Amino acid sequence: MTASHTIELDDRDRALASGEAGKAMQLAMDLVVTAARVLRAKALIPVTFAHIDACFYNGQAHIDFARYLLDHGAKLAVPAWTNNGPVSLEQPGIHDDHEAAEFAANARQLMRLYIELGCRPVWTCAPYQLPDQPCLGDHIVAGESNAVAYYNSVLGARTNKYGDFLDVACALTGKAPLAGLHTDEGRRGKLLFRTDSIPDRFKSEAIFYHLLGFHIGRVAGSRVPVIDGLPATVSLDDQKAVSAAVAAAGGVTLWHGIGLTPEAPDMETAFGGIEPEEVVPVSVADLIAARDELSSGRDGPVEMVALGTPHFSYTEFAALMPLLAGRRVKENVKLYISTSRFVRDLAAQQGWIAELERAGATVITDTCTYFSPAVRGCKGRVMTNAAKWAYYAPGMLGVECCFGSLNECAETAVNGSVWRDPALWKDLAA
Amino acid sequence: MTTVTAQVLLPGSAKGRLLVLEEALSFWGGFDPATGDILDVHHPQAGQNVKETVLALPETRGSGGTPASIAEAIRIGTAPVAFITAKPDINLVTGCRTAFALYGRTCPVYVLMPDDFAMLDSFAAATLRDDGRIELSSP
Repeated sequence: MTASHTIELDDRDRALASGEAGKAMQLAMDLVVTAARVLRAKALIPVTFAHIDACFYNGQAHIDFARYLLDHGAKLAVPAWTNNGPVSLEQPGIHDDHEAAEFAANARQLMRLYIELGCRPVWTCAPYQLPDQPCLGDHIVAGESNAVAYYNSVLGARTNKYGDFLDVACALTGKAPLAGLHTDEGRRGKLLFRTDSIPDRFKSEAIFYHLLGFHIGRVAGSRVPVIDGLPATVSLDDQKAVSAAVAAAGGVTLWHGIGLTPEAPDMETAFGGIEPEEVVPVSVADLIAARDELSSGRDGPVEMVALGTPHFSYTEFAALMPLLAGRRVKENVKLYISTSRFVRDLAAQQGWIAELERAGATVITDTCTYFSPAVRGCKGRVMTNAAKWAYYAPGMLGVECCFGSLNECAETAVNGSVWRDPALWKDLAA
Repeated sequence: MTTVTAQVLLPGSAKGRLLVLEEALSFWGGFDPATGDILDVHHPQAGQNVKETVLALPETRGSGGTPASIAEAIRIGTAPVAFITAKPDINLVTGCRTAFALYGRTCPVYVLMPDDFAMLDSFAAATLRDDGRIELSSP
């Protein structure tokens, strides 16, 4: 019994598959067709854009793949932007320990190979913060989990979560299997989350969206959640927070917000006229449980404050500036902010980067604080405002993590010890 | 000996000790390609080694980094000789197919129906034929 069923291919697809355009394009087409077979897709669809994750080094096979493509005539069919790497190309100084030197050199080599392949080197996990975004209904390719959820949910572009190599194969061929979230059926809401018991004031706080996303990810798994009761004014930063948290805590690749996201003007549309499989009320206790789970460490002195997972936006910099105005990060405490070069340059034009550096903060580009050896060397307590960071850090980095709002993080960086904002949590006291 | 028939996602012949994972595994972060060890401390079979086994697992989990980790393990020689899953798994197929292109080494990927997958537990070794048959033998 084999998994062969007919997949419609056009003349160009067949030419690539037969090797007419060289071995690299043949491999790319083979990977796409094999994926289509596994997904039981009957056709391939043209894609218009790709966000590439395979530039994130994790071994020699990554380099061998990119080299193979370059040596055998690979050519991108669509614009392809790069996800962040495990190291910064701009700031080699942040990887100064010997143990990491070889890893860092290999990671940089891989990043350069993807530039050679023709990718636009934006090195960001939040590519949606840059100009020229895909539109509602566009078929695209992404692999980074928060970007997949953001593109699908906030922009209404269509992508499955593409793993390493397949993301590049789709960008080279300009095709993806017509399956999953590329189809109307795959995008239909499955679970309804009601938020009417959450106080309105708390819904205006950024931290609510991290906690909500985390809770929903836990419950939804990989099913498409629909959230009701969110204000229409929810910012793009807050929608980024939901996207990152649902993807990290569950396997959510698309969420809808009624009256908020483009494919959910109302219940009928979000659920495609079918009843939700389950209706889940979100309680204050759920949010407190999420907060407590994300704070693996007790409050106390911190070694580091980590902001910008996913990458800090221009508006997040704007919110941070007044919190640190005229102040200094406590001695021996590190305040790291990760962002893209693009957003860093915008912030620099306002004088914000220089001001942050004067305050004792370090702004990191191309990578995430999470992967920098500087963080790997940190064994103490870290505070973050990002649910995604707080979720992964204790297991992978062995640090204690305290999760809080941006304001709490800024105060903590200045005080050197975890500071809690009583006004923030008062409505949530059980 | 018992023979079951699988859906072939990537064909090949292979033979090895059968290791059946009780839960899905992420090969990025949860697995060390340098050694073939299962690292994920939350996995019930953490610490076991997959090298040269016929590795049966429900599916892979999580990260899009899985294909590259599989390809890296195949390159180094710490990978299983074949995979058997309970669900068609795109990341395993992509990793094994790419490793074949880069290193010329085959690592077949087969899928069993849930009932057949569930009985793998009672066998110690498996031989995969490229027509989709899997011969299972007891200790």
